[in-house]
Amino acid sequence: MNHRGTCPPQMYRYDSYDHKILDERVNQFRDQTHRYLAGEISDEEFLPLRLQNGLYVQRLAPMLRIAVPYGLLSSQQVRKLAHIARVYDKGYVHFTTRQNIQLNWPVLEQVPDILAELASVEMHAIQTSGNCIRNTTTDQFAGVAADEIEDPRPWCELIRQWSTIHPEFAFLPRKFKIAVCGSEQDRAAFLLHDIGLQIVKNSDGELGFEVFVGGGLGRTPVIGSSIRKFLPKQHLLTYLDAILRVYNRYGNRDNKYKARIKILVKAWTPEVFAERVEAEWEHLKEGPATLTHTEISRIKSFFTAPDYQSVDHAKLDAQLKTLGAQSKAFSRWLERNIQPQKQLGYASVTLSLKPAGVAPGDVTDLQLECIADLADRFSFGELRATHNQNIVLVDVLKSDLYELWQQAKAAGLATPTIGTINDIICCPGGDYCALANAKSIPVAEAIQRKFSDLDYVYDLGDLELNISGCMNACGHHHVGHIGILGVDKKGQEWYQIQLGGSANKNASLGKVLGPSLARDAVTDGIEKLLDVYIENRLDQESFLSTYQRIGIEKFKERVYGSTS
Amino acid sequence: MAQLLKDYQVVEEHWSIVDEQAESLPCGNLLLSVSQRQQFASQLKQQDGKVGIWLDGNAEIEEIVESLLDLPLIAIKFPKFVDGRGFSLARLLRERYQYTGELRAIGGIIRDQLYLLRRCGFNAFQFAEGVDLSEAAKSLDDFSEAYQVATDQTIPLFRRR
Ligand code: SF4
Repeated sequence: MNHRGTCPPQMYRYDSYDHKILDERVNQFRDQTHRYLAGEISDEEFLPLRLQNGLYVQRLAPMLRIAVPYGLLSSQQVRKLAHIARVYDKGYVHFTTRQNIQLNWPVLEQVPDILAELASVEMHAIQTSGNCIRNTTTDQFAGVAADEIEDPRPWCELIRQWSTIHPEFAFLPRKFKIAVCGSEQDRAAFLLHDIGLQIVKNSDGELGFEVFVGGGLGRTPVIGSSIRKFLPKQHLLTYLDAILRVYNRYGNRDNKYKARIKILVKAWTPEVFAERVEAEWEHLKEGPATLTHTEISRIKSFFTAPDYQSVDHAKLDAQLKTLGAQSKAFSRWLERNIQPQKQLGYASVTLSLKPAGVAPGDVTDLQLECIADLADRFSFGELRATHNQNIVLVDVLKSDLYELWQQAKAAGLATPTIGTINDIICCPGGDYCALANAKSIPVAEAIQRKFSDLDYVYDLGDLELNISGCMNACGHHHVGHIGILGVDKKGQEWYQIQLGGSANKNASLGKVLGPSLARDAVTDGIEKLLDVYIENRLDQESFLSTYQRIGIEKFKERVYGSTS
Repeated sequence: MAQLLKDYQVVEEHWSIVDEQAESLPCGNLLLSVSQRQQFASQLKQQDGKVGIWLDGNAEIEEIVESLLDLPLIAIKFPKFVDGRGFSLARLLRERYQYTGELRAIGGIIRDQLYLLRRCGFNAFQFAEGVDLSEAAKSLDDFSEAYQVATDQTIPLFRRR
């Protein structure tokens, strides 16, 4: 029950068409699984079928990746996830860096049942893996961010429907990821996606998109190139069709390391790629897939603002200040885990999934239920998964923050370290992932334990530390202010350190510091980097700014000794 | 006699693919590559049977389309089932160039692609030996509704709901 009335969550709701498509997908995969288990489908043929239904075979067991379209979840869906984690898995789930959720221990035979359970709450695992169009991602503060030009969620939903079981693009050269950014600040890392869409307004005040292609992490990290400055909004889907068609036809299919769209864009140059897309689009433009006003309004109608109360926000701020003065723990949490909103009197709360000793992004079934309760009680039954592997509750009345904090704290969800060195982005790594070169979770834990003194952590300020267990870069190490990459040296686990990456609007890729370090030398190495920062920073300068000003040399010397 | 799936039916195959090494043409209806069609141009004039063309995924369809549209059969070859270029070629032939003859998927396709292949405009499907075609045909209609436009539904769902 929502204590402010029974306002339904502000998200897309399925109609009979959506339900039908999803139910038919579950039936299709149930039949495929059945035929596979009966030996009628070979492993090779089953591979893309199961991947496109979210199912990997991992180091220890299968892994099921569940789509959370653009990160949005209702409390009802989260309760269902808790139920699934309990009944079909070992009682916990993992939030990924792409706003999705993974189950680490499902049993193949039960996967169709899990998918049916998900379908009952309008969820699925369609296209969460495989060489197809993946889940579209966006800003976790969509709809409430103060710097928003336009809410990106309706556009993400339009893309979700367009990409779901697209008849032409289910067997692309490689995976394909789209992100939408609707604000001034980029919180979606959209320049690091195969397609990045920036919502813009032209000089006539019309809404459209600047289209970027060819960004991505992985082996060859690249920042996306703009191929169209302004695409009027109604043309979104036909233009996406044109890009995908060019890629589907001409992307490299011989070498999987050269198969992403970024390689094609680079080989042709962004200008030539743009010309090819425009030429294809000429034929599709104004076709039946052109969006209508009716459809845009229909989708937007699901994302209307909740019933905000008008409150005396100055008074609420004063109350918070008083409470903060009485409790250092609360004021710390306010400082790091709360974001202002454009709606005065309301705030967005980040529930941390990063307490030391727990794999970053892991939550138990009981915690999920607690999160669902918190969402019902404080945020209109809605919550968001973030690419930093945390949970955000938006639209929390400021007068509720103290109570929310107490409940979150009791559930282990109030670690006050958002945006600090302890808010580590970390892939599952060698503990789970079959592709890993090295473990990543124990490295994250060692760092969190080493830097457990909150005064020190706060003094360091904003600092993104990202860890990937291999070149695939699921932990986004290239764009961490400090990035750590697991490498394999003659069967031993080593770690390469990178500095200076950033995933915001002025996205930059980290530079390699020097030779990789053994696992037990990593935390000491990090400490030395932090010492260099503290000694050299000016005023309130962040780690990243200091690095950008003084360069890599001083850091290098400190970690490896004098190199001259 | 080999069989294939065509327009939802299991039918006898009436075409033969001309071997790459062939130095002369066999009798009957012939499925040729683009280069064989040039190579055997004069012989084809005296040929009784019908002529069709098969294309690779990398075919630059825009450049040769004029010479294809009157053919009774165009086949698109999938070197491996995971190579999805043929899906785009099929839609181009049907939607952009209004090809109305038989459009056949050959090569490595699998049953579980039938629904998508059909939506992209294929109406005939040649499988590896041993595939139970009437069983496979069930996958042609894995879904009864779709979001996107394709050859079987030219109005997107959002204009119909
Ligand atoms: S970065 Fe590598 S090790 Fe980590 S999850 Fe991705 S594939 Fe696995």
